[in-house]
Amino acid sequence: MSSVNPPTLSAPADPARARTRSAGTPGPGRGSRLIPHAATRKVWRGVGLALLAVIALGFVMPILWTVSTSLRTPSESFSNPPQWIPLAPVWSNYSAVFEQVPLATFFLNSVIVTGAIVVLQLITSTMSGYAFALVRFRGKGAVFAMVLATMMVPAQTTIIPIFILIRYMGLADNLSSLIVPAIGGAFGTFLMRQYFLQMPGELAEAARVDGASNFQIFSKIYVPIALPPMATLAVLTFSGYWNEFFRPLIFLQSTNNFTLPLGLVSLQGNFGTGSISIVLAGVVTALIPSIAIFLLAQKYFVEGITAGSFR
Amino acid sequence: MSASATRAELPGATRPGGPRPLNRNRNSNKAHRREAAFGWAMISLSALTILVFTAAPIVFTFVLAFFSWDIISPPEFVGFKNFAKLAGDTAVVHSFGVTAWLAILVVVLQIVIGLAMAILVQQRVSTWARSIFRTAFFLPLLVSAASISIVFSYLFDDHFGVINYYLGLLNLPQVPWLSSPAGATATIVIVAVWQQLGFVFILFTAALGSLPKDVLEAVSIDGSGPIRTFFAIKLPLISPTIFFASVIGLINAMQIFDQPYVMTKGGPGDATTTTVMLIYRTAFQNIQFGYGSAISVVLFVLLLAITGLQFYISRKWVFYS
Repeated sequence: MSSVNPPTLSAPADPARARTRSAGTPGPGRGSRLIPHAATRKVWRGVGLALLAVIALGFVMPILWTVSTSLRTPSESFSNPPQWIPLAPVWSNYSAVFEQVPLATFFLNSVIVTGAIVVLQLITSTMSGYAFALVRFRGKGAVFAMVLATMMVPAQTTIIPIFILIRYMGLADNLSSLIVPAIGGAFGTFLMRQYFLQMPGELAEAARVDGASNFQIFSKIYVPIALPPMATLAVLTFSGYWNEFFRPLIFLQSTNNFTLPLGLVSLQGNFGTGSISIVLAGVVTALIPSIAIFLLAQKYFVEGITAGSFR
Repeated sequence: MSASATRAELPGATRPGGPRPLNRNRNSNKAHRREAAFGWAMISLSALTILVFTAAPIVFTFVLAFFSWDIISPPEFVGFKNFAKLAGDTAVVHSFGVTAWLAILVVVLQIVIGLAMAILVQQRVSTWARSIFRTAFFLPLLVSAASISIVFSYLFDDHFGVINYYLGLLNLPQVPWLSSPAGATATIVIVAVWQQLGFVFILFTAALGSLPKDVLEAVSIDGSGPIRTFFAIKLPLISPTIFFASVIGLINAMQIFDQPYVMTKGGPGDATTTTVMLIYRTAFQNIQFGYGSAISVVLFVLLLAITGLQFYISRKWVFYS
């Protein structure tokens, strides 16, 4: 539960290190005063750093290659060695991918689907999380047990009945087939409930005495202080649904309804290996919103990931 | 949770010493009823969606598994026939083997490398460099598995790929990444680990950062070296996080689909045809909804059993302070 508190997550090891160092230890790292050879320690530190640098490079390399190759001419796109730094960037692939493929349509579809799901889940999860945590009513234990039980359900194993349901609701090959089943989410409900459980109930009692209605207490008092976990939920929901491939592949048939990941995969199939720089331009375009949101809300991403782990 | 649940089941003011300090009388019943109605209204949308689109489909999958259905003609009850067929279907049995092998490789590598990275970053790097590493490790989580699989299928291309080009420069043998069973498996594992490592890394960084400082200091004064401290103190203390990462990791890895679908189409042969790929083909390409559901049921039950087993074994190695 402590995980929802921001302080536990920022710069984890610093206090410990600062303390050991000020306690008269010559080198960094705790307990290091007990290792006799400073030189050995320096070598190990170098090895560790080098290892980290190599791993970090390996992490960035595929994305760097994607960006730099998307800026090469299509005829050069598959020639080695790759040009890691685009010295003479060619921007034509970006116009080409919008002209030759309905990338703008894919993009718009992704915005509609992801935007709708983020907004809906924020509303439903905040409401239900609040009710499960702070409203008293009979039967909520049983309903919450159902929510908890579905949290671990492997989503791909239940895709067949969901597809049939979608068909019978007349939503097949329609963007709403992706939105409607995602109106509410078990994870969001759980996350918001955890947060509201830490809130003092006295706030509500005081407002009640002043004559506020149940909904006013929720909307005027609790929602404003619940904005940080809502931001966490928003970024996690965004990145989950923006990148989703499995459901769109099964629910959507016409190219005009494709979302970005599905559109890009179909694009790769059509273009073959001839002009991969155009495909990569599409990949980069799809990545830009994710990176923008990550840069704006980095700490909410990190909190969201750790939030589920200390139950 | 249980505390709030019990509280909720006692809404009346009849109980002396109940949860509410004020002993309200006539108005209180009305207020409680209003609060209960409000509570139900607040959870209705979430609960309804989860019920219809998550809980009911589980039941429906189990029911469908006993039918034969091509969605055009009415479903036909076939009893255990689907399950009998499945047990003798080499494609299905093989797909479970492929899935399990991929999942084990992905989860083990992900935890070992993720933990190593978290330790390295925590101990040897300044705060400034740490945020750079953290961003680098986080980047892959932002990309969709499908589109990054497109990228990797180019990078790992047997003839034109960057990876084999550099292997050639180093005079190392060219690896048939996507055209051999072992190469294709390795490629999928590399892509999956590459993408998920940031998640595990952040979990472990948070866990290592929240270790009790007084314990670590006491151990350090007692003269325990860093390696011994790690295995004797830190590892047991973060074992709940390792457990969590392995449970979540295995559930995800056992459902791997995007990477093999985009990079190998399940090939070469059926070397990388995972169970979810088989479910997809059976249900949505061959339109055998009953048989597809039966395979789903087996995967579902298997995942449930594995998770249960993990929880059971965890009592022997996971340390809760």
